[in-house]
Amino acid sequence: MTATTEARSPIPAPRSPRNRRTTRTNYELYGWVFMRASGVLLLVLIFGHLFMNLIDGDGISAIDFGFVAGKWASPLWQVWDLLMLWLAMIHGTNGVRTIINDYAERTGTRVVLKSALYLAFTVTVVLGTLVIFTFDPCPPGSPADLLPSFCTA
Amino acid sequence: MPEAPAGTLYRGREGMWSWVAHRVTGFLIFFFLLVHVLDTALVRVSPEAYNAVIGTYKNPVMGLGELGLVAAIVFHAFNGIRVMLVDFWKNGPRYQRVMLWVVVGLFVVTMAGFAPRHLMNVFGGH
Repeated sequence: MTATTEARSPIPAPRSPRNRRTTRTNYELYGWVFMRASGVLLLVLIFGHLFMNLIDGDGISAIDFGFVAGKWASPLWQVWDLLMLWLAMIHGTNGVRTIINDYAERTGTRVVLKSALYLAFTVTVVLGTLVIFTFDPCPPGSPADLLPSFCTA
Repeated sequence: MPEAPAGTLYRGREGMWSWVAHRVTGFLIFFFLLVHVLDTALVRVSPEAYNAVIGTYKNPVMGLGELGLVAAIVFHAFNGIRVMLVDFWKNGPRYQRVMLWVVVGLFVVTMAGFAPRHLMNVFGGH
């Protein structure tokens, strides 16, 4: 391909200066950086989570209220799960936002889908955060055999 | 001359298909995440409510679903590292195709380790 045909093409040559009229911020750049930074952290957090819950001990067959209460008795797992919740929700919401922008061609469709997405994000993050911080491992009136052993000690 | 891409295929081959797989797995994981926060939130309702719902995760059909979920997460995680290497490592773009096969290899090894362990827990009759 010669330089003259490139110059006539409606598609700009690679690395040519971008038309900046439509964007005034660097938010998409920050999003791009966040996806990579949070991705590395999430790999560690989620692999650790999967190891503790699905591989260690009796795996999924051992998961019940007592198991969760036992984990959240430790600040390490509270912080671990809180970080995982926030990072995964922001990472996932930004990913789905990109998918909506790519495939929903009509403006109205994009607005509706993204509103639903941000609503789901807010509800899930608020609910999850409240659960981690207000969790009671020994709710009064519950049968002792469903509770972690430290409740009766 | 390289062959012209057919139909609606962009470029095909490893570069495009890994991108498609990354999207599909990411999308599925996100919707599981929403459900997973809701089911875990039941610990705030009562131990009985949580145990009843988490009990459904232990049936064999859901056990196979969890295997699929972990497979999606493992692929997305390893391919995400590959994406970062393509972006930040100077030889990344040149080796993107080789790196996908490394991702597939690591995926197979990881799942070969995880699948028997998980299926034993699901089908082992605990």
